[in-house]
Amino acid sequence: MIKAILIFNNHGKPRLSKFYEHYTEDTEQQIIRETFHLVSKRDENICNFLEGGLLIGGSENKLIYRHYATLYFVFCVDSSESELGILDLIQVFVETLDKCFENVCELDLIFHMDKVHNILAEMVMGGMVLETNMSEIITQAEAHNKMEKSEVRAALLRSD
Amino acid sequence: MPAVSKGDGMRGLAVFISDIRNCKSKEAEIKRINKELANIRSKFKGDKALDGYSKKKYVCKLLFIFLLGHDIDFGHMEAVNLLSSNKYTEKQIGYLFISVLVNSNSELIRLINNAIKNDLSSRNPTFMCLALHCIANVGSREMAEAFAGEIPRILVAGDTMDSVKQSAALCLLRLYKTSPDLVLMGEWTSRVVHLLNDQHMGVVTAAISLITCLSQKNPDEFKTCVSLAVSRLSRIVSSASTDLQDYTYYFVPAPWLSCKLLRLLQCYPPPEDGAVKGRLVECLETILNKAQEPPKSKKVQHSNAKNAILFEAISLIIHYDSEPNLLVRACNQLGQFLQHRETNLRYLALESMCTLASSEFSHEAVKTHIETVINALKTERDVSVRQRAADLLYAMCDRSNAKQIVAEMLSYLETADYSIREEMVLKVAILAEKYAVDYSWYVDTILNLIRIAGDYVSEEVWYRVIQIVINRDDVQGYAAKTVFEALQAPACHENMVKVGGYILGEFGNLIAGDPRSSPLVQFNLLHSKFHLCSVPTRALLLSAYIKFINLFPETKSTIQEVLRSDSQIRNSDVELQQRAVEYLKLSSIASTDVLATVLEEMPPFPERESSILAKLKKKKGPGAVSVNELEEGKREGGELNGGGERGGDSSSTPSPSADLLGLRAGPPVTAAAPSAGSLLVDVFSEAGVNDDGFLSEFSRFVCKNNGVLFENQLLQIGIKSEYRQNLGRMYLFYGNKTSVQFVTFTTTLNVQAKPVEPLIEGGAQVQQVINIECLTDFSDAPLLNIKFRYGGALQNLTLKLPVTINKFFQPTEMASHDFFQRWKQLSLPQQEAQKIFKANHAMDTEVLKAKLLGLGMALLENVDPNPENFVCAGVIQTKAQQVGSLLRLEPNAQAQMYRLTVRSSKDTVSKRLCELLAEQF
Repeated sequence: MIKAILIFNNHGKPRLSKFYEHYTEDTEQQIIRETFHLVSKRDENICNFLEGGLLIGGSENKLIYRHYATLYFVFCVDSSESELGILDLIQVFVETLDKCFENVCELDLIFHMDKVHNILAEMVMGGMVLETNMSEIITQAEAHNKMEKSEVRAALLRSD
Repeated sequence: MPAVSKGDGMRGLAVFISDIRNCKSKEAEIKRINKELANIRSKFKGDKALDGYSKKKYVCKLLFIFLLGHDIDFGHMEAVNLLSSNKYTEKQIGYLFISVLVNSNSELIRLINNAIKNDLSSRNPTFMCLALHCIANVGSREMAEAFAGEIPRILVAGDTMDSVKQSAALCLLRLYKTSPDLVLMGEWTSRVVHLLNDQHMGVVTAAISLITCLSQKNPDEFKTCVSLAVSRLSRIVSSASTDLQDYTYYFVPAPWLSCKLLRLLQCYPPPEDGAVKGRLVECLETILNKAQEPPKSKKVQHSNAKNAILFEAISLIIHYDSEPNLLVRACNQLGQFLQHRETNLRYLALESMCTLASSEFSHEAVKTHIETVINALKTERDVSVRQRAADLLYAMCDRSNAKQIVAEMLSYLETADYSIREEMVLKVAILAEKYAVDYSWYVDTILNLIRIAGDYVSEEVWYRVIQIVINRDDVQGYAAKTVFEALQAPACHENMVKVGGYILGEFGNLIAGDPRSSPLVQFNLLHSKFHLCSVPTRALLLSAYIKFINLFPETKSTIQEVLRSDSQIRNSDVELQQRAVEYLKLSSIASTDVLATVLEEMPPFPERESSILAKLKKKKGPGAVSVNELEEGKREGGELNGGGERGGDSSSTPSPSADLLGLRAGPPVTAAAPSAGSLLVDVFSEAGVNDDGFLSEFSRFVCKNNGVLFENQLLQIGIKSEYRQNLGRMYLFYGNKTSVQFVTFTTTLNVQAKPVEPLIEGGAQVQQVINIECLTDFSDAPLLNIKFRYGGALQNLTLKLPVTINKFFQPTEMASHDFFQRWKQLSLPQQEAQKIFKANHAMDTEVLKAKLLGLGMALLENVDPNPENFVCAGVIQTKAQQVGSLLRLEPNAQAQMYRLTVRSSKDTVSKRLCELLAEQF
């Protein structure tokens, strides 16, 4: 099971946090900080897996992460997940974001938090993987976009 | 509505985010946020009804503020209101807010549940999915109560859209995890299994997580999933890389689903059906073969996905542990990965090999990679990889390579990362104990451990070394010598001082013969560390000092002075002060006899599971040390072995009033002589005493009086005994190691003994006292027969009591001249017994001395012209007569041989002593 998905930048600023187990808000913030601390001090090109911080269960859980340009994508998972599988999943997530935002960058995540959450929701639900097929995920995301646009248009028409 | 014309973006939100990002300081950021929160609050509270767009904008702002780590204590109601909107945009943002911000205990749950109910029955797949997502994310009990019945219906209904099915499967999984009692198995369960056959791969992907979880809990009910999973896997594995279209990831068909299928199969034993099994083995072979094929793409994603499947396949092979062929292939494959340039693969290979090492088929194959693994420990740049290498070394360790592995781990410890030092220390300590062939190696290893990583040596580790030294008399002299040497270092770790204090306090006498480690030198060495130590260590040292007074009366005045000094007797710490006062008093008023009793050598510790092992288990979780559970005879649940009252032990030994004279008041004691015991001898005729079996245990007690006489899974028998002249008293402790009562517990001795309690509660210990009088010399030991019922089964046990003739020795000091004069007087051929034999143990002078002293004779210094030789003198006290005995032991270090000569006034005594002693060295 995926316990949490965190995205933060090179300075530790959170850009997305999604917890699939319940923690208090304070603990969530501490987990983000702790995870950043663990991941950011690691060299490039070493192993992408490490034991989780104490707050999120220590050696019971693993942190699996990838570093893209200014962002860290970190998945905290228990032992029932395949490490390499999760690495693939991160890649699928990033490629999907890239397609949806056309060359995704950190700013897209900041200004379209709701969309990032929606895309993630198409892939992971309650900590389990819902869909790994990128085109399926994009199709769903586009359908939602379309719905949103048509509602906005409808609102515009009404107000005219 | 101007902002809307900007398309789907929200200008107000963008402006706010830019403001925050432009803040130069944390204070400015907080100020801006507070301003915005006040604004939103007033908007929410205001009379004017907000339109959906504004609500969405404000909720997005709140989410952003929340992400930055600020508490949001309002807006929930507004979010719940958004749920009942008919517009996707509003509904979606409401659900988003709730899944991020509402915890499962929120009071709003009832309102949220209502909205969800409406959406689930709306037949709008988008709304249904939003609702299902919300349930899966919040997963509270109230939600489970409301929807646990509904969701299985949605999942298996024929007309449900695929996307809804996917969501329903995972939603049900979440509810099953949080409230398994509310998800009732039923007609839907069999149909869920068949989702593995679904045309839509997304449905299979979602369903397999649900099925895996359900199978783990109810394996029988979901057994049919095995053949379905195998056929699905087989279809994927044998498909061309283009067959599965969008589920092909960088030329690998459906890697995620393959991994999950292989994981599902790990919930079950190998398939019984031959055809299914054949198909599965074929799949596994195909996967292993594909690993050897040239890659279809140079991209890392391609090899990544391929290897993800490969590792899961290997896990399944290891899980089955029944196909030696596949196991060896798996091991070879992992061996390749150990040297791969990808760090991730090296990491995973080390991890998988750890589990492989515990399989009997592959343990040897894993061991061939030892050099690579040691190299990884030394050279990997990444601490998590080094950690896996250390784990693997631990797992592959056995008697054949223990010395090498422990040495490597010790040398790695010097540079190891702080984060893993403690665990490394525990592992080294466990391996050293588990595979110790000679215990001097063990003592060396642990002392090295303290020297190299003293800060990380937990109490369990140094308690354990003391337990082992106390329980094994063959290592005591060596331990005393080694700690003495280790303490010479100008800066030594406090843990070393603790071990040193304890061991010298118990066994300092074993090295006191050497002027370089005379009692006073030992004391001064310990005391030179005293002022640098913490209070608990000082307390322990004080106990060691009082033990010194007993061991070495000549140190009494020096130590009393120390105890009397203001810094001890008026110490601000109560414990130290109390010890100083009590020990001072004890040393000045108690007679030597009383002191000797109070400060007697510690009795052996009961053998239990190493507390270190328990600690490592706790640290690593159950899986990580599974290999260790192979260890025989170690039981669960061990905790500190008597570690609690360390340092205070001396005051907890029997009170001074347990006087030895009470012995005479006891019932008349019969001799251990065989003639006296013959009355009862027939009792044992059927018991079949196996001399060889008990020989080693028995002979261990020739030179010592306390210890564990016997131990099996049920029962432990400990002995404490004391002898004076021709009398002796033996305490037998019968410990019930099980949790069940022993009933009708009886012991019979071919000599008289006080009866023992007929009942031993689980985990309890009862004591039996045997008074002994030696009437005449003897060579056969008394036999003890024990009978009891354990859970209905009659247990029958016969043991030799370790009462030997030498126990009745009175040491006789004499000068060189006297010794040789008496030696010549005992010149009749039958008075002498001689034996030449090979050394069974290391020929350590201190150990030899300790043993000879334990024998009960006086060890005479400066008597034999050859300083290598040992000579002893003593008188055996029996009721009938006294038998003077002289002994000479000549070691030949080069040949590893001894010559032992015993002369005594009675021929049978010479012979018996010679027999007894020859087994000792």
